[in-house]
Amino acid sequence: MNDKMTTREKVIRYSILILFALFFLTPMYVLLSTSLKPFADVSINTMWQLPSSISFEGFTEAFAKLAPNVLNSFYLVIPATLLSAIMGSMNGYVLSHWKFKGSDTLFALILFGMFIPYQSVLFPLVQFMQSIGLYGSIPGLILVHVVYGLPITTLMFRNYYQDVPDALTEAAKVDGANIFSIYRHIFFPISIPSFVVVFIWQFTNIWNEFLFAVTLTNTKSQPITVALTNLAGSQVVEWNVQMAGALITALPTLLVYIIFGRYFIKGMLAGSVKG
Amino acid sequence: MKRKHKESLTSLAILSPSIITLAVFVYGFISRTIQISMLDWDTFSNFMRKAKDYVWFENYIGLLQESRFQTDLWNTLYFTLFFILGCLAIGILLSLILNNKPKGGYFFQNLYLFPMAISFVVTGTVWRWIFAPGRLPNNPRGINLLFEQLGLNSLQWGWFTSTGNVLGFNIALIAVIIAAVWQYSGYTMAMWLAGLRGIDQQLIEAARIDGASKWQVFSKILFPIQKPITLSAIIVLAHVSLKAFALIYAMTGSGPNNVTDIPAVYMFEATFRSNRYSTGSAIAIVLLMMVGLLIIPYLVHSFKED
Repeated sequence: MNDKMTTREKVIRYSILILFALFFLTPMYVLLSTSLKPFADVSINTMWQLPSSISFEGFTEAFAKLAPNVLNSFYLVIPATLLSAIMGSMNGYVLSHWKFKGSDTLFALILFGMFIPYQSVLFPLVQFMQSIGLYGSIPGLILVHVVYGLPITTLMFRNYYQDVPDALTEAAKVDGANIFSIYRHIFFPISIPSFVVVFIWQFTNIWNEFLFAVTLTNTKSQPITVALTNLAGSQVVEWNVQMAGALITALPTLLVYIIFGRYFIKGMLAGSVKG
Repeated sequence: MKRKHKESLTSLAILSPSIITLAVFVYGFISRTIQISMLDWDTFSNFMRKAKDYVWFENYIGLLQESRFQTDLWNTLYFTLFFILGCLAIGILLSLILNNKPKGGYFFQNLYLFPMAISFVVTGTVWRWIFAPGRLPNNPRGINLLFEQLGLNSLQWGWFTSTGNVLGFNIALIAVIIAAVWQYSGYTMAMWLAGLRGIDQQLIEAARIDGASKWQVFSKILFPIQKPITLSAIIVLAHVSLKAFALIYAMTGSGPNNVTDIPAVYMFEATFRSNRYSTGSAIAIVLLMMVGLLIIPYLVHSFKED
């Protein structure tokens, strides 16, 4: 459809693009303009107006309240992302190049974990975490995110490694390399782009996750998403603080999106397209 | 042969941490949830006694007769339907425009996708403020206030606090659907765009030369080619909507008369707020079956194609 567009068509097309841009930006406008208002300026009647003066009071207060939770989120997300990616990579490698009898069935059984609504495991999970003494702790939440992250990371790496010709592994085997050295010297180095995609995908998902976070943590170990709902649910917290809190929650994943957008989209498409 | 055997054992050893944890965390816990859903653990004392009195499907039958759960099912149905339609319509429209590579297209594309990177909790927090209706007619808030300032008072209504109902559709859900579509239509756009970029331009040019209108090119060529992608998108979106717990929780909660309640929220409240463990587990299993009804035919279909 590369035919020359008439001016009228161009106007229509850009109007649609701009209209939707406004729709997508409206919440951002509300977030930014409200969070930058001084306390004196925060009133329902002026919610659609720009701040009369820029103030970081909202941010300072939100950050004072949320800083421990931001830290909790980082303590949670970084190890969980690394572990689930490394394990997924090993799994994907074995399931694509070291197949054995029943390995395809096993792969299907692993994948099943990706589709379940987590409500269906939630209550036994809580009880289990209590019984092993990890309930309410960040290591407990890391374990949960690693385990439930394995299906998707395994899938992503398996799809990536499947395009590597078998001849390569066979040749290395003839040269006396074993399953570990082939991974270390061939597969791991070529899968750096795949690691980037998986890291970004897992980082974003775990940072944004709410259900496990709200059921498996206590006041001390709450990640940022839970703290935000508490902050926003409170009647006494001013709107500029709430909106600043929402921005603080969104900022790390937004930055990842802005910096690594291309990889983010790849992960999104890989996460949804069948294996 | 011996070597082959040893290789299989090494493979299994590498997989074993994942196999064992997933066996417990997925299959073990689901079985346990099924078991609890068939017990009588709707009181804290029964739960503490670990009473093993099976009531079998009583909890499920009770649920289906309950008006809150019936509302939840209607809400899920309509929410899923309009959420998918909204994402498809907007996503496809934007992808068709952007596929022509207009100036600045890359900027718009990235803009439409950014909500995908943020949490449902953030989305819920912001849209809750935008759609909070205030006390009408004198103290409007949020978007109602904007309508007043623009002189469009007739457009004001209760948004997610409204208890209006049309053919089982709670109109309060409109606000939640808009928020969810805001977050996910960029996803459909990206899926479609990726597919469109792989279509041979000559095919389309040939059709245009033969006098096909743009609508015909879309409906007779593009849409059929993109059918598998559209189907994948529908599956993912339906899946998202069944799991939209965080969005509802942060944005509206169950609402008056449960107008914005969904099974996931009810499950959470039953299990963790009112000690009705068996009811909560039964809801969880119903959710699992709904996802299964959606996913299993799709998976069978795609594995057959491979």
